[in-house]
Amino acid sequence: MATTTEPREASAGTHRPVGAGRERPVGGFELWAWLFMRISGLILLVLAVGHVLIMHVVDEGVGRVDFGFVSVRWQSPFWRTWDWAMLVLALLHGINGLRAIILDYVRPPGVRLAANMLFYVIGFLLFVLGTVTVFTFDPTKWPGYVPLT
Amino acid sequence: MACPTRKPRPSATLAVALASRARKTKSDFGTPYRGHEGQWSWLAHRVTGVAIILFLFAHVVDTAVVGWGPEAYNRVVSVYENPTVRLLELGLVAAVISHALNGLKIMLIDFFPSLTSRIRLLGFATLGLFIAAMIPISWIMIGQIVELMREG
Repeated sequence: MATTTEPREASAGTHRPVGAGRERPVGGFELWAWLFMRISGLILLVLAVGHVLIMHVVDEGVGRVDFGFVSVRWQSPFWRTWDWAMLVLALLHGINGLRAIILDYVRPPGVRLAANMLFYVIGFLLFVLGTVTVFTFDPTKWPGYVPLT
Repeated sequence: MACPTRKPRPSATLAVALASRARKTKSDFGTPYRGHEGQWSWLAHRVTGVAIILFLFAHVVDTAVVGWGPEAYNRVVSVYENPTVRLLELGLVAAVISHALNGLKIMLIDFFPSLTSRIRLLGFATLGLFIAAMIPISWIMIGQIVELMREG
């Protein structure tokens, strides 16, 4: 886990043109984080954009989402896997993004470490909560409730 | 020795600052991208990213309520029966799509460095794609909001 309090190093000697953004980190954890952001971003491009379009735009949008909708949807292992993969990747991608922002704006090393740790802890707790939710959901626990299939 | 580094006289500091300022254009101040359009997509990427992760924190918790049964979960999702919340939801969809398209642009530049010379074009293409996507999406979602308001 990266608890560095120093801004990452950029590769020296090469100069990127104006507007091309930051340079790729030279190596170590920061290079893996850089690569992870791009790979997870590419996967989330399908998972998160797909999720948003399915749940919030098409076919009445979020208006049709209720307990019955979730019960039917999570009968399929495909959607459970989709939602869990999205949960994990989005949390890691988002919290690493927050780490990059904290490195930019939070200067005192102690506060920086505390801010990073806060989000790591939130991320871990939400990972546990989300995983339990996705894999233990069982609508038959409410026998009076018959979802429309 | 009271002061190891002697401060320059105020008039000298001012002269240096003015000379430095004269050499710069307005966009040289405080912008790592020197006023390039990329500065704006960089800012939008951060703002949408933070907005999405903050929503995700809440969204994991509200989805977890499904494990407490139909009554609890249906009460939670009933917050969406509100036109203001639905407008925020449209903002969320816009944030996700904007962040995704700009992320794709970043990856294109990172993995195909020869595209860096076409960075302005890529930036405007990303913006164009975003607008093109948001026109039908806004049409559909605003339609749903109007429908919701009619139902009362």
